[in-house]
Amino acid sequence: MSKVETAGPVNPSPQYLEWLRRERRGHLTVRTTQLALLVAFLVLWEVAPRLDLINPLFTSYPSTIWPTFLEMLNATPQQASILTHTWATTLATVVGFTAAMVLGTAIAAALWWWNALYKVLDPYLVVANALPKTAFVPLFYIWLGATLSIYGMSLAISLFITILMIYSGFQGVDPNKIKLAQTFGATKGQILIKVVLPGSVPTLIATLKVNAGLSLVGVVVGEFQSATYGLGYLIQYGSQIFKMNIVMTAITILAIVSSLMYLAISWLESAVMRRR
Amino acid sequence: MQAPAGAGMAKVELRDVGLRYFGPEGETEALKGISLAVAPGEFVAIIGQSGCGKSTLLSLISGILQPTDGAVLVDGVPVSGPSRNVGYMLQQDYLFEWRTILDNAVLGAEIQGADMNAARARAAALLTRYGLGQFLNHLPRQLSGGMRQRVALARTLCTEPDVVLLDEPFSALDSQTRIALADEVAEILRRERKTAILVTHDIGEAVSMAERVIVLSRRPGRVKSDHAIRFNTADGKRPAPFAARNTPEFNGYFNALWQELEVHVEG
Repeated sequence: MSKVETAGPVNPSPQYLEWLRRERRGHLTVRTTQLALLVAFLVLWEVAPRLDLINPLFTSYPSTIWPTFLEMLNATPQQASILTHTWATTLATVVGFTAAMVLGTAIAAALWWWNALYKVLDPYLVVANALPKTAFVPLFYIWLGATLSIYGMSLAISLFITILMIYSGFQGVDPNKIKLAQTFGATKGQILIKVVLPGSVPTLIATLKVNAGLSLVGVVVGEFQSATYGLGYLIQYGSQIFKMNIVMTAITILAIVSSLMYLAISWLESAVMRRR
Repeated sequence: MQAPAGAGMAKVELRDVGLRYFGPEGETEALKGISLAVAPGEFVAIIGQSGCGKSTLLSLISGILQPTDGAVLVDGVPVSGPSRNVGYMLQQDYLFEWRTILDNAVLGAEIQGADMNAARARAAALLTRYGLGQFLNHLPRQLSGGMRQRVALARTLCTEPDVVLLDEPFSALDSQTRIALADEVAEILRRERKTAILVTHDIGEAVSMAERVIVLSRRPGRVKSDHAIRFNTADGKRPAPFAARNTPEFNGYFNALWQELEVHVEG
């Protein structure tokens, strides 16, 4: 009758050991292939311009990224340190997606609370979500100024999808769980706090994953237009003076920043899901 | 609350209760003209085919639905919303997967704003009595179906209701667990002198557990018949559900009810 987790066998059979070995080998193959792909890409990128297969003016070389990074560490009178740029972008992204999560959850809760409100706003939300928010970059610049427009774009690009995803998560909570709470006389607020919100945690985490990427897009695009700091600004600046090594370095840092954010969210996810 | 009618008052009473659902396609009459009374401590089963409004009837008694006609009374007082005196066990356990077993069991007390220390102690005692003492801090997914349904029973009884409504509480279980758990639940409810109303489509379950079986007609559900279930035992006590299944009376009741439900298939 009892269903308890299986413990590891005390005396593993040879077949089991063989299975473990195969599992490990399979895992190793995947990792090696992943690494090989990365190396192949970098080698191709390094070698192709040197053999005059592509114009190095357009692509630069991967070997220039690290020296460029070191060179840009120091602030000059014309240019802030690359760390300042990275920090500006990261901060704007984190602020943007945190604001999107908090505001989006609050709005989704309001829509859940007042069904009539949802019915009224539904078409507008869908259109607002489908609209390319980047079209608003110049407008935001005029309305909000250089710095705030970046935060604004980061929020705008992720807010509507957040509302829609979380609201549908709320709708997906088993109505029988809500009925159960009602049999105990739960108020609407109690149903929200004790059933709907905790029942939507997987959706909240999925939304967080989507938003981390989207907010970064919003920030970089915002920086193209208006910033004097940030990786988006560096990319714009580097391409204008045709210094592809700056562009490539900034893009590499973007890749690292987005990987780190993804890792942080995955860690949060496994921490939360261990309780389920 | 003082009983207005004095002794002999029904614990649960339905007076000419009707319920219609409203939808864009029109009205659906789920229940019509239902009148019945359940005495304190009585164990009543309500049977009928699926869709006859059995579960709706329990939702009305629990107060999460209001009748469109007639009145539902618990302890002589019209039901206007969920009451602490009435506990409701649903078809499945619906345990919250993010809460431990103990935290699930105290959910009702928590919602009702009861003293949580006392509720925790009560829930732990109930769970221990049901053989789950070592699983208090486990998560629902670590338990089997029968164990989970016992947690659901503890959750229902932790708020100390006088009336317990059971909506096919064993239907999600395999047949062996189902019969074993029916024994346990019937024993627990009788010992604690709860008034119990069990809704099921399983005739055997109804006859073996209840003192009275009420048959509902097809939609719109009405009371078709009302059978007292009596067993002649040596000690005069009612046998446990599993033992009741082996009595000669069981077969008699079973066949009578079977035929009554059969008539509906043809008619």
